Amino acid sequence: MRLRLEARTETARWLVVATPLLAAALTLASGIVMFAALGYDPAKALTSFFIKPIENVYGLTELAVKATPLLLCALGLAVGFRGGVWNIGAEGQLTMGAVAAGGLALAFHGEEPGWLMPAMVLAGALGGAAWAAIPAFLRARFNTNEILTSLMLTYVAVQFLGYLVHGPWRNPQGFNFPQSRDFGEAAIIPLLMEGTRLHLGVILAGLAVFAAWLLLDRSHLGFQIRVSGSAPRAAAYAGYPVSRIVWAGFLAGGAMAGLAGMMEAAGPIGKLQPLISPGYGFAAIIVAFLGRLNAFGILLASLLVALLYLGGETAQIDLKVPPAVTGVFQGLLLFFLLGSDFLTRYRVKLVRRAAAS
Amino acid sequence: MIEIAEVVVVILVATLRAGTPLVLAALGELIAEKSGVLNLGVEGMMLVGAVAAIIATLGTGSYMLGALAGTLAGIAMALVFGLLTLSLRANQVAAGLALTIFGLGLSAFLGLAYRDRPLDGLKPLAVPGLSDIPVIGPLLFGHDVFVYFSLALFAAVAWFLARTRGGLVLKAVGEAPEAAHALGHDVLAVRYLATAFGGATAGLAGAYLTLVYTPMWADQMTAGRGWIALALVVFATWKPGRVLLGAYLFGGVTIAQLHLQAQGVAVSSHILAMLPYVATILVLVLIARDATRIKLNAPAALGKPFEPGR
Amino acid sequence: MPSEAPTPPLIRLSGIVKAYPGCLANDRIDLSVAAGEIHALLGENGAGKSTLVKIMAGVVSPDAGEIRWQGAPVAIEGPAAARRLGIGMVFQHFTLFESLTVTENVALAAGTKGRDRKALAGRIAELAARYGLAVDANRHVHHLAVGERQRVEILRCLLEEPRLIVLDEPTSVLTPQEAEALFATLRMLAAEGRGILFISHKLDEVRALCQRATILRGGKRVGECDPRAESAASLARLMVGSDVTPARRGAPKAPGGEMLALAKLDLAPADPHGVPLHAIDLTVRAGEIVGIAGVAGNGQSELLAAVTGERLAPEHAVRIAGVPAGRRASSYRRKLGLAVIPEERLGRGAVAEMSLAENAVLTAADQGLVSGGMVQSRAAAAYAKAVIERFGVVARGAGAAADSLSGGNLQKFILGREMLQNPKLLVAAHPTWGVDVGAAAAIHRALLALREAGAAILIVSEDLDELLAISDRVAAICGGRLSPVVPAEEAGRERLGQWMSGLFGGGAEAHAA
Repeated sequence: MRLRLEARTETARWLVVATPLLAAALTLASGIVMFAALGYDPAKALTSFFIKPIENVYGLTELAVKATPLLLCALGLAVGFRGGVWNIGAEGQLTMGAVAAGGLALAFHGEEPGWLMPAMVLAGALGGAAWAAIPAFLRARFNTNEILTSLMLTYVAVQFLGYLVHGPWRNPQGFNFPQSRDFGEAAIIPLLMEGTRLHLGVILAGLAVFAAWLLLDRSHLGFQIRVSGSAPRAAAYAGYPVSRIVWAGFLAGGAMAGLAGMMEAAGPIGKLQPLISPGYGFAAIIVAFLGRLNAFGILLASLLVALLYLGGETAQIDLKVPPAVTGVFQGLLLFFLLGSDFLTRYRVKLVRRAAAS
Repeated sequence: MIEIAEVVVVILVATLRAGTPLVLAALGELIAEKSGVLNLGVEGMMLVGAVAAIIATLGTGSYMLGALAGTLAGIAMALVFGLLTLSLRANQVAAGLALTIFGLGLSAFLGLAYRDRPLDGLKPLAVPGLSDIPVIGPLLFGHDVFVYFSLALFAAVAWFLARTRGGLVLKAVGEAPEAAHALGHDVLAVRYLATAFGGATAGLAGAYLTLVYTPMWADQMTAGRGWIALALVVFATWKPGRVLLGAYLFGGVTIAQLHLQAQGVAVSSHILAMLPYVATILVLVLIARDATRIKLNAPAALGKPFEPGR
Repeated sequence: MPSEAPTPPLIRLSGIVKAYPGCLANDRIDLSVAAGEIHALLGENGAGKSTLVKIMAGVVSPDAGEIRWQGAPVAIEGPAAARRLGIGMVFQHFTLFESLTVTENVALAAGTKGRDRKALAGRIAELAARYGLAVDANRHVHHLAVGERQRVEILRCLLEEPRLIVLDEPTSVLTPQEAEALFATLRMLAAEGRGILFISHKLDEVRALCQRATILRGGKRVGECDPRAESAASLARLMVGSDVTPARRGAPKAPGGEMLALAKLDLAPADPHGVPLHAIDLTVRAGEIVGIAGVAGNGQSELLAAVTGERLAPEHAVRIAGVPAGRRASSYRRKLGLAVIPEERLGRGAVAEMSLAENAVLTAADQGLVSGGMVQSRAAAAYAKAVIERFGVVARGAGAAADSLSGGNLQKFILGREMLQNPKLLVAAHPTWGVDVGAAAAIHRALLALREAGAAILIVSEDLDELLAISDRVAAICGGRLSPVVPAEEAGRERLGQWMSGLFGGGAEAHAA
């Protein structure tokens, strides 16, 4: 007896949906093993990781708050990834979105004009898109590897924000802490529910899911993006310019990430500080893949990955588990997903050895 | 005059040191890419190598064992990547990103207990008599063992690629895996070995950081060096000599930037800290304009999974 | 039945079975090749020849069946095992490494013998001289023309001193003259007592070269014969299973307006291994088919790219339906009435995993399949369905994925998708490559019908017979230069063959490639 691999003639549809679930289950299983190995009670650890954070309404609202930036970033990334455009600099674009929106908020500090909030939304999206435009331009014009440039720009963006909050934008009354003034009333996203941090941005994120679905799955541009991603030579044959796909992927990705940054700064944080995001821009890569680059799939995936963030915090308090375990889980999740993708393309068969030869 | 010479020597020595982790990581990635494997997880492998090295050295007191632990950890990470992309034929870009994300998390997790425990750091060699010669002494005989090892590794890689049958097979596998398979070469085995080699040198590069360069552990202490190493391979158009050149160039930029900060130049340290990353982008743009050179030298099957018997 | 020889044949395959998902590629196939014999393996595309060859090469392992080598049963576990036995392969798709030199390429196959490069280079020169296989051992393969590459493959194979040499469709990339030279080499090798298995679907060649032929059809062995005693028609009947009626071109009509005009078209290659185009002049008029012959890699893809808009050229160097369009994008040219059938079906002409309806949107978006920026999936499905019905595409429906179709059916779909747009100018690259005889005839008929309807058609192909059968005028391309364009009746295989190797006006310089 031996194992034999057989290529499937067509990708099994149900497996495309089932493998992310399998990956989540395997991550959970390895979580149990890992916690047990480290001497924690696995049942207790898992409860505090995956159940406790969302036991009550407040927990659920926190889940939505955490899922929002992940969802926005991942939706934007999906546009690029579907077209084979590898924007992995969402973290930097998020940062620059926060900088642009935050700059506006600080400029009109004390004046509190009514148009400030919509202007900040726009500034956030534009800031992220502008930052994403750099790797897009370099790729479209010089064919520069966009993976490396978009990532390098993330480091630059974070340093830039550091420069601002340590320097020109530092709160003059802030005892030299590296952070800006607290945003004024008009520069804070209104809350949806008192006593929670659930803000209006969540609704905007929900609308973005629908918009992304229309763009990706129904529009002609989305079709061109898909063709470019899965068969670049067919895209050339059909006359879809590579530059159009590159620009669409990066501008969508940058704008959404910038929006996410704006919502973090003007939402839960309420000011600018050296770190706007605990790696949402990178985790969004996982969310995008886990959601199969599909808008609704990404919605579900963003909730799962947000739960990993929340669970990490709860487990740290309850069990003194280091918060870095969240990162380990994120990595494992993507490993298992990529590994189990194999099943969608191959059938594993147990066969008796061929009679002859 | 003598003072200027001394300053230049100090800068050159520091440049060599700053370039060494890049030399190591980029040479490994070069070999992996020559076999057709694009492993974007260099940063993750370096981090895990770095943390493994300092844990081992703190535990045993031996720098040698630390370096070994870093190397083995890098290999282990690379094998995870190999399993996903070579055996399970997953997308190499996605798997590489996953490896980096996993490495970030794992290294932070493992390193938690070691964050406030600095090492003495491995000292440079002191060859009696020779190391004390002005200028030449510190330049030729005053480095730590990693620097010499990285140069030896460069020579070995260059020789392997240019002169040996193994190098020929490696290039063949990266160029046209189906053809290499048809000629009876074991494509998967070659690629696993090349990937593991990339992991080993990335792990060692990480070990250099925690054992020598900044002898301590801090989260994400590689600060993008893994990505810069990847960029160096492209910049070098897959040629070892240019990898060496590029790595020292970047070492130089890093050192210049640090010196400017130390001199109290009236520019924010945050702006100066952007320099290596901006330089990487510039270099990538410059080389990308020479599309022909890239096309001629890039392994033709880079990033593509190999499916035997189809 | 073949009489049992006193010595066993070099190789005897019996009852070989190999199944792929959804397809039985080899169904109990028997085949034997004796020493000193040139044996043809004859069959259409998809008959199972390549699978059988891969089994002999050790690249693919059979599901069932027995292989005997000089009488003793063997298992060919891998390519290396095949070579140890003495089986040498010359593959259809070359297995050379572009960025390496000839010697390095040979060294890769030569095992430990390859370690001494100097000795190896000497050995290559010696074999090349003995068998008339001229190559320059120090050149990089990407500089070599196709015929030269094949000679490298053969040399690499000969260096192993093989007892049996298997050549998979070796002449498909050669000019008629080059094919003759190859036959001379093969006869020499057979005279030395080696067995030769010659895989082909070209009947005339098989009749000229081979002493025995095994014929495959649909994965089964359907017969064995002496091809010298058969006619081309009788062999074709065995191969196809029925009489074949090739498409016939009607009388030429009075030529219409210029639909495509290339004037002094120069184009640098896009990639370093490409071929530059030199001063190409060509016109294609409404109601005529112009065919361009040539050995692969002589500028065909560059020429096609310049016409379709994938590469841009000086504005007036390319005129479509009278409008200068050299600098215009493909979309603009399509609006002028251009339709294109690319050389590569999966991955270029169609996206493998997309449905036929989605693949219709690829080039027919302007036929009402997109409105308001949104894809109209119902209209797309209806369009795909119309193509399926009008062009006899065998498919599960508009929702079938492109890669679930056979090569011939996918080609019919692509052809139909382009033709339903009523093009004024159709450009087709290798329209029947890798397609079975029935589908090829259907495709030829459709092209001829389009010509009757008044469209201008440009066909680029390596198949001389195809070009001579359906073109009104023909030319050959070599090294990026175009030969004179002459009526098909005046051309003839011989002359076209010479043109394909660059021997036309100013021949000496054109031969540089």
